[in-house]
Amino acid sequence: MNKIVEKEYFSENVVKLVIDAPRIAKARKPGHFVIVRVEKKGERIPLTIATADEARGTITLVIQTVGVTSSKLAALNVGDEILDVVGPLGQATHIENTGTVLACGGGVGVAPLLPIVEGFKKAGNKVITILAARTKELIILEEQMREFSDELVIMTDDGSYGKKGLVTDGMTEVIEREKVDLSVVIGPAIMMKFAALTTKKYDIPTIASLNTIMVDGTGMCGACRVTVGGRTKFVCIDGPEFDAHQVDFDEMLLRLNGYKEQEQKAYEEYTANLKK
Amino acid sequence: MSVSKEYLKEERSQEWRTELRKNLKNKERLEFARIKMNEVDPMERIRSNIEVNKGLSPIEAVAEARRCIDCPDPTCITGCPVEINIPKFIKRIETGDFLEAAKVLKETNALPAVCGRVCPQEKQCENNCFYQKKLGREAVAIGYLERFAADYERNSGNISVPEIKERNGIKVASVGSGPAGLAFAGDMAKMGYDVTVFEALHEIGGVLKYGIPEFRLPNEIVDVEVDNLRKMGVKFETDFIVGKTATFDELRADGYKGFFIGSGAGLPRFMNIPGENYIGILSANEYLTRVNLMKAAEPDTDTPLLEGKVVAVIGGGNTAMDSVRTAKRLGAERAMIIYRRSLEEMPARIEEIKHAKEEGVEFLNLNTPVEYFADEKGRVNRMKVQKMKLGEPDASGRRRPIPIEGSEYFIDVDTVIVSVGVSPNPLIPAAMPELEVTRWGTIVVNEDTMQTSVPDIFAGGDIVRGGATVILAMGDGRKAAAGMNEYIKEKVKS
Ligand SMILES: Cc1cc2nc3c(=O)[nH]c(=O)nc-3n(C[C@H](O)[C@H](O)[C@H](O)COP(=O)(O)OP(=O)(O)OC[C@H]3O[C@@H](n4cnc5c(N)ncnc54)[C@H](O)[C@@H]3O)c2cc1C
Ligand code: FES
Repeated sequence: MNKIVEKEYFSENVVKLVIDAPRIAKARKPGHFVIVRVEKKGERIPLTIATADEARGTITLVIQTVGVTSSKLAALNVGDEILDVVGPLGQATHIENTGTVLACGGGVGVAPLLPIVEGFKKAGNKVITILAARTKELIILEEQMREFSDELVIMTDDGSYGKKGLVTDGMTEVIEREKVDLSVVIGPAIMMKFAALTTKKYDIPTIASLNTIMVDGTGMCGACRVTVGGRTKFVCIDGPEFDAHQVDFDEMLLRLNGYKEQEQKAYEEYTANLKK
Repeated sequence: MSVSKEYLKEERSQEWRTELRKNLKNKERLEFARIKMNEVDPMERIRSNIEVNKGLSPIEAVAEARRCIDCPDPTCITGCPVEINIPKFIKRIETGDFLEAAKVLKETNALPAVCGRVCPQEKQCENNCFYQKKLGREAVAIGYLERFAADYERNSGNISVPEIKERNGIKVASVGSGPAGLAFAGDMAKMGYDVTVFEALHEIGGVLKYGIPEFRLPNEIVDVEVDNLRKMGVKFETDFIVGKTATFDELRADGYKGFFIGSGAGLPRFMNIPGENYIGILSANEYLTRVNLMKAAEPDTDTPLLEGKVVAVIGGGNTAMDSVRTAKRLGAERAMIIYRRSLEEMPARIEEIKHAKEEGVEFLNLNTPVEYFADEKGRVNRMKVQKMKLGEPDASGRRRPIPIEGSEYFIDVDTVIVSVGVSPNPLIPAAMPELEVTRWGTIVVNEDTMQTSVPDIFAGGDIVRGGATVILAMGDGRKAAAGMNEYIKEKVKS
């Protein structure tokens, strides 16, 4: 079960895993995620499904190594099995023909954005995609994105690739230039916060896919709660996508750091052990 | 499901029981005092996860069993949701036939070792015991005796695996592996069905595993019961969310002829007061799941846990007691219950309240939080609390708590655990619009058969009742098994 059938490094810290999970491959839709537990003493973490191949019975996950669990996952090789993979979870992206869609992905947020871009393109939209990262090496899935985008803009903070600037700079340029009917943003919370502020100025409906802390992923614990439009929502069952203009990103940013100390300590211990 | 008076009478008039009654007169029986449960010392137990109640010795159990006068009209049975033949099992303990006693329990109760530990006996069987009802004295310790017989059987290594009728090969499924699902699976397997239990989490047992802590219900006890079901041919599929991983239609196409939904009342409620999403404020479900399911407090596991030195638990039910006592064990210097009604109205089992008090938990009754405050990192550090008084009884018959104006004050805290109830998990109803649900999201069933508005789907436990009890969930599972068996037999005929 859950055997890794393919592994590819996108960059030093970003790895793609293709996993044998036929049921999930068949049931999943763009926007869905899975909960993964690597081993018996491991934690449960959510990962968005980047793509799936129903015929082959596989799902693709893209993992950025940021802590213990992501590192453990990235350390697995073809042929290894992941102890638990459960899903698909969450509400699927609502995809329809709305006109022009501005899709913005930052960091590993690009992976979950891929099926959404594909979906909107296939539904007949004009899709303009912006990929943003700190530097050239961190830009991933460029070719795949290009395939489903009418236009692809690349932004790097240091200007090492594409245009120099933040994702919001790229967004403003597009919005100033032409009419955008819908924007989808996926990436670090801070990026989504500013992307939402940008589109709000122009009154463009915007969807953000939230990556909160989760435990069960089935609505049972409330670890994933966020405030949307003044009301508490559970990201795992009500989301992960919400109206970005309604999300309280400041609260979400605080909550994301809730276990920072423990996580850092655990990560240091983990890397120290690896070196031994 | 109702045991007939005639049947009980017939059983009562069996020779061995008449003999017992003759040998020891009621007058003498009434002279014995109720046995005390052996408990681990409070100061010792809060330093570990050890089970608090140690159980009765065989001698103690027999002595307690002698108190039961084997009433001609055993009212205790009417207080038991699954109508265990209580006098019969107790009299088997009196004669020293402990394995027989366990068998009697298992005639109607699939998980006696669990129920003996977690049932609210003081509201059920024991509340209807002759001693309590007619004499105003302490009831026979039916719960302790139930636990004794079940434990005795388990420890003897002679667990009776129920006989299985000829296998009929008909596939049926349980959605969820809590007490409702397990009881359903056991009964269906006995009737010869090919049963698969689907569970969303990575462990089997539902609340018994992720909710109720080790110091009250050791996991091993649940595992033994699950193993027994395995021996009976029941299959378990973890990490499988029915409605998501596969739809009901897909499972029907795979050959499943009937479904039992025992998906529980998973969704924690919050109070929607200012500051409730600060770091360090979490639901009891999250707290208990981290500790019990993910073992977050053990040093070699990856799931993190916030350390709480001053912990406030909001609520007065079993979940609140389990949370506050867990916090105490994990090193809280101050652990308190904040509940808006008085001690008498607390829904928790009396024994849990007693144990919590012994362990140094503070009870702030007639208090309710109204706002939370946090430090610059967003971690809760203070709460504003308002005092309450009791007014007229409300719909539930309990006196309504009324806030006292101007009584607000502050308490410093670093962790708040919200335990103010749960709502039904919407996963299944959302995946199945044709399933009839109530305004509260519970699934509507025919109370006799537990059949839902979709003919091949039955349901029971917390998803039907809202938050209820283990024993009611189990009773529902068994009733649904009977109902589904009838339904499938009818269908096969036509
Ligand atoms: C902390 C705590 C303490 C308690 N203490 C007591 C007590 O002392 N005495 C008492 O009598 N009662 C107690 N209760 C209440 C009691 O545990 C519940 O009433 C009982 O467990 C309900 O059983 P159930 O089978 O309906 O659901 P649950 O035990 O909730 O089990 C449901 C299971 O279904 C799974 N599930 C949900 N949806 C799906 C799906 N779509 N596909 C697959 N699986 C799914 C869930 O993951 C879960 O494991 C307590 C509850 C809690 C939380
Ligand atoms: S992760 Fe537990 S409720 Fe969402």
